[in-house]
Amino acid sequence: MGGRSSDYVPTTRWGKWLDERLPIGRVVKNQFIDYPTPRNLNYLWTFGGILTLILVGQIATGVVLAMHYQPSATGAFDSIEHIRRDVNYGWMLRNFHSVGASMFFFAVFIHIFRGIYYGSYKAPREVLWILGVLIMLLMMATAFMGYTLPWGQMSFWGVTVITNLFSALDTIYNGLGTTIVEWLWGGYAVSGVTLNRFFSLHYLLPFILTGVVVLHIWALHVVGQNNPTGLDLKESSDCVPMHPYATSKDAVGICAFLLLYAWFVFFVPDYLGHADNYVEANPLVTPPHIVPEWYFLPFYAILRAFTSSFLGIPLGQYAKLCGVIAMFSAVVVIAFAPWLDTSRIRSAKYRPIFKWFFWFFVFTCVSLGYLGSKPAEGVYVIASQIFTVCYFLFFLAAMPIIGLIETPRRLPRSITESVLGEGGGGLPSGAAAAPEVR
Amino acid sequence: MSTEALEPHRRDFLVVAGNAFAAVGAASLLWPFIQQMNPDASTMALSSVEVDLAPVKEGQAITVMWRGKPIFIRNRTETEVKSAENVNVKTLPDDLARNENLPPDDPATDANRTIKGHENWIVLIGICTHLGCIPKGQTFGDERGEFGGWFCPCHGSQYDTSGRIRKGPAPRNLEVPPYAFTTDTKIKIG
Repeated sequence: MGGRSSDYVPTTRWGKWLDERLPIGRVVKNQFIDYPTPRNLNYLWTFGGILTLILVGQIATGVVLAMHYQPSATGAFDSIEHIRRDVNYGWMLRNFHSVGASMFFFAVFIHIFRGIYYGSYKAPREVLWILGVLIMLLMMATAFMGYTLPWGQMSFWGVTVITNLFSALDTIYNGLGTTIVEWLWGGYAVSGVTLNRFFSLHYLLPFILTGVVVLHIWALHVVGQNNPTGLDLKESSDCVPMHPYATSKDAVGICAFLLLYAWFVFFVPDYLGHADNYVEANPLVTPPHIVPEWYFLPFYAILRAFTSSFLGIPLGQYAKLCGVIAMFSAVVVIAFAPWLDTSRIRSAKYRPIFKWFFWFFVFTCVSLGYLGSKPAEGVYVIASQIFTVCYFLFFLAAMPIIGLIETPRRLPRSITESVLGEGGGGLPSGAAAAPEVR
Repeated sequence: MSTEALEPHRRDFLVVAGNAFAAVGAASLLWPFIQQMNPDASTMALSSVEVDLAPVKEGQAITVMWRGKPIFIRNRTETEVKSAENVNVKTLPDDLARNENLPPDDPATDANRTIKGHENWIVLIGICTHLGCIPKGQTFGDERGEFGGWFCPCHGSQYDTSGRIRKGPAPRNLEVPPYAFTTDTKIKIG
C-alpha cells in the first residue's frame, strides 16, 4: 500500500499532527475511500468483503466462547452443552460460530471459483493468488481443529482419521509416520492431551490467518482488482472510487449473505452438522460412517478414491500414501494455476472452450462432495476415482492445452466500452472517477 | 579497491562464526518447544496391563485398553484357526508378521501372529492400519467381512481371523502388541 500520490489533506490540527507521525488516515483515504475500483464489478466481487466480515465475526464469537469452554476430555462435551443451555445467549453465539465456519467456506469457495472463472490468478496477481490458497489451507487447519473441540464422536474420530493420514509416511521410512502421529497426539492415541493442544492452536491460527489476509489485501491493492472483462484499468472512466460505489455494493452483498447466515443460525443450526457429534467421544466405538464437515467432502472423496487399486491399477500398501498425497495435491495444485494456464485472456467470458471446462470443473467438485458423503463401496468408489482424475486433469491438462488451441472472442477495447458499448465511451453520467472535492 | 574488498578478512570470519553460533543457539532452543508435544511421563508410565483369559469361551472375544488403545483378544474356534493357517503368505497384501514379539522381517504366517501352544488366542491392537478406526467383529452380530475376522466400517478394510489385511485400503496387518503368557490363562501386555 502507499506509494501512490495523494491529495489527502488533514482538516484538523490533530489530524495534521497524527498524519506527520502515523499516516493512518492517509492510508485509509488512499486505499479504502479514493481507491480506484473497476466500474463493472458484479456481485461476485462482494465476497472479499463478506469473507472479511465473517473472519472478524468468527474471532469475536470465538473469543467469547473460549470464556465458557473447558478444553479437557472430561469437561469439553459438557461445557458445550453448558454454553447452549445455561450461558446467556450462549446458544446464539455458539450457533454463530459453528454455522459461521460453514458460511466461511461457502463464501471462500465462491470467491475461488470466481477467481478461476475470471482469470484472477493470472499475471500480475500470482502472489495474491498464492496467498489466497495459503489462507484456504489455514482455514482448513483451523476448522479441523475447531471441530475437535465439542469432543463428540465425530470430533474424536475425525481427528483420529485425519491425524492418522501422517502415518502413511511409514511406507516411505518405517517408524517416521508413527513418530509424527504420536507427537501430534501427545500419546499413543487421541486423548484429552490432543484436545488441549488443538484448542490452543485453534485460538492461535485465526490470528496468523488475519496476518495473511492483510498481506492478501496488500497484494490486491498493489496490483488492483480484476474485473469481469479481465481487462486492465486503462483510462480514468474505467474506474470509480471505492467509496461509496464499491462499498455500497459490498453492503448489499453482505446483507443478502447475512440473511442466509441468519436463516441457518436461527432456524436450522444443526443442519450442516452431524447427529453423531451429540454423542460424547468414545475411544472404543467408531461410528459406522465417519464423514467430515461438508466443506471437506470433495477432498475426503479424493482421499478415499485410492483403495487397494485405482481405476484398475493395483496400489497395494501404497494405497494410503497415494490417497494422502492426492488429497494434499488437490489443494496445492490450485496455487500453480497462474503457470498452468497458458491463455493470456483472463476472463472466461471471452474464452468459449475454457468456459465449458470451467463449469465441468464446478460439476466435478460438487460431485466429489456428494461422493465424499457416501460410503466407500461399489459404484461410489469408481465414480470418485473418475472424478478425481477429472479434478486433476482440469488443472494439468485443460488449463495448459485449451490456452494453446482456443480462439478467444473479441475483447472490448476497455472496461468503459464493455459497459457503455462501442462509441458510447466518453464520460459516464453518474460515476466520477476522481474523488469529489469538498 | 574492489579486489581488496572481495578478499576474506578476519572480520568476515568473525561475522560468519558469530552468526552461525547464534543460529545454532536459536535452533537448539527450538527443541524444547517441539519435544514438549511428545507423549509425557504420565502417559509413558501406563505401559503394561494384565488380562485374565479364563472367562473367555471359544469363539468369544474381549477388548481391553492398553496405552489408550483398544486390544482385541479373541479365542478362535478350530475352523477359524484352520482358515488362518491355510493361507499362502505370498498372496497376502502385507506378508510381514507385524508382531512386536518377533523380528520385524518374519513372514505373516498364523504361527508368527500367535504364541506357540496358545494358537487359539489372537491378540491384536484393535486399530485399523488405514486411518485408525476401530474395526467391527468383536461382538456377535458384528459385520466381520468376507474373511471372518474384522471389518473396518470407515473405509471397508477387511481382516482375516489372524488379523491380516486381505482387502481394502489398509496397508498393513493389525499389529500384535508385545505380550506374554504369565500363566496358562493370563497374559501381560506391554
